[in-house]
Amino acid sequence: MQEFNIHKIREDFPIIKREVYNKPLVYFDNAATTQKPQTVIDAIVRYYSEDNSNIHRGVHYLSQISTLAFEDTRKNFQEYINAKHHYELIFTKGTTDAINLVANSYGKVFVNEGDEVIISALEHHSNLVPWQNLCEQKKARLRIIPVNENGEIIFDEFVNLLNERTKLVSVAHVSNALGTVNPIKKIIDKAHEFNVPVLIDGAQGLAHYKIDVQELDCDFYAFSGHKFYAPMGVGMLYGKEEWLNKMVPYQFGGEMVDQVSFEKTSYNELPFKFEAGTPNVDAVIGMNAALEYVKDIGVENIAAYESELLSYATGELSKIEGVRIIGTAREKASVLSFLIGDIHPYDAGMIIDRLGIAVRTGHHCAQPILDSFNIPGTVRASFAVYNTKEEINRLVQAVIQVKNMFE
Amino acid sequence: MEVKSIQETEEEIINEFSYFDDWMDKYNFLIEMGKSIPSIDTQYKVENNLIKGCQSRVWLHATLEDGRINFTADSDAVITKGIANLLIRVMNQQTPDDILSAEFTFVDKIGLKEHLSPTRSNGLMAMLKQMKLYALAFKTKTEQAK
Repeated sequence: MQEFNIHKIREDFPIIKREVYNKPLVYFDNAATTQKPQTVIDAIVRYYSEDNSNIHRGVHYLSQISTLAFEDTRKNFQEYINAKHHYELIFTKGTTDAINLVANSYGKVFVNEGDEVIISALEHHSNLVPWQNLCEQKKARLRIIPVNENGEIIFDEFVNLLNERTKLVSVAHVSNALGTVNPIKKIIDKAHEFNVPVLIDGAQGLAHYKIDVQELDCDFYAFSGHKFYAPMGVGMLYGKEEWLNKMVPYQFGGEMVDQVSFEKTSYNELPFKFEAGTPNVDAVIGMNAALEYVKDIGVENIAAYESELLSYATGELSKIEGVRIIGTAREKASVLSFLIGDIHPYDAGMIIDRLGIAVRTGHHCAQPILDSFNIPGTVRASFAVYNTKEEINRLVQAVIQVKNMFE
Repeated sequence: MEVKSIQETEEEIINEFSYFDDWMDKYNFLIEMGKSIPSIDTQYKVENNLIKGCQSRVWLHATLEDGRINFTADSDAVITKGIANLLIRVMNQQTPDDILSAEFTFVDKIGLKEHLSPTRSNGLMAMLKQMKLYALAFKTKTEQAK
């Protein structure tokens, strides 16, 4: 592990040096996607310049080294999240794709009429709509764990929802809209007392926390590469072998098959039975480089630094009269959602953008939770390893300017 | 008072915008425009009159009088309200035919499209489309009545 050196880290991300509207870019939309270090960009260029070939198919040299690099990524992530077996990690397009896989492949086998699926009120649409759809199809019932005024899951209410009809619990590790870190270990343990498996939507978790799936004992953990300094269009589903083996494939085609005739097809073994078609090989290789990058700095160091940024930003923004922080959970990841007086987040976002600062405005694809706060949306600043306190100062100045313009 | 043509109002707006030195002036102008929008009657501020595709909520209503359209609108975001009013200023008191055949090139020329329309988010295009749909509906209705 290297020493945490913010100057060096900023050098690693070429996009950080660019300007927007003639101002140095401040990128605070990391919960939407993170920027990529040069090593990730180089890995993709190298792949296409030197190694490009389809994987798992050819006996020729390039196909073999591409396959090796691809499978290496799987093994490295297995080690990183401490999965028991490499075949418990399925490559997907991202978190949404991973959740859809479970909703379809697990849902088809295990969820029936009258059954229940539990999610929380904090969920991103991608951990809500697939279950809503499944429940509609199967005449099952979607139950929602409520949250308190700080944006924290009410654990006792969750316990009350668990019963013999519950077939799955699916909750976010970290809320993308509010930054709340959910007590996932407690949720998993409680659900297991009822023999109910648990899926953790780790889209906002992996880049900030060390994940140990065996210690957590989660049944599924889904994540995206692009929120983890890796390319877009790739992610993973970790699933316990026992579940994955009982689940049926939901996408069909090449690679996922064993024997094919016009009468009958038998399916390949794990993990391939869930990986139909040619995968996003360059992104997978980029994801391997991103993992190396994060390991070099140490996710604990990243988390500590981001937490420092979060408390600095929270403190500085709170000093501005009229600024209201939305989501005040005791444990928060580096997401700061706020409103400035009665100014519409969209108005605020337009001005902040023109000042060279990328923030997100709106409901952040988590409409229900913002509706429950009775607000049209928020301005959201989310921090990553390359952000600085100086950048936060610029956001503070921008917020003051917004106030001056609209009030 | 004689009604200016769509093109005349467009040129007027382009001229006004040419005095602005920077984006800040443009936004301040839009914020001011937002304040003088022909306000939609509360009874029309309903779900049905909401324009889809905007990050902020925009309500739009139209009436036809003596063959000419009058729009009223509102939004919960001030800049959006300003943009809506800019469009209304160009279109009010025009005939459905004129609105349908207009291309509204001023949007490009004053840099609105470039700076303000990352499509989905501000819904400028959605507003324009909805206004043309109103014009089309009035035109069809009038023709059927003949």
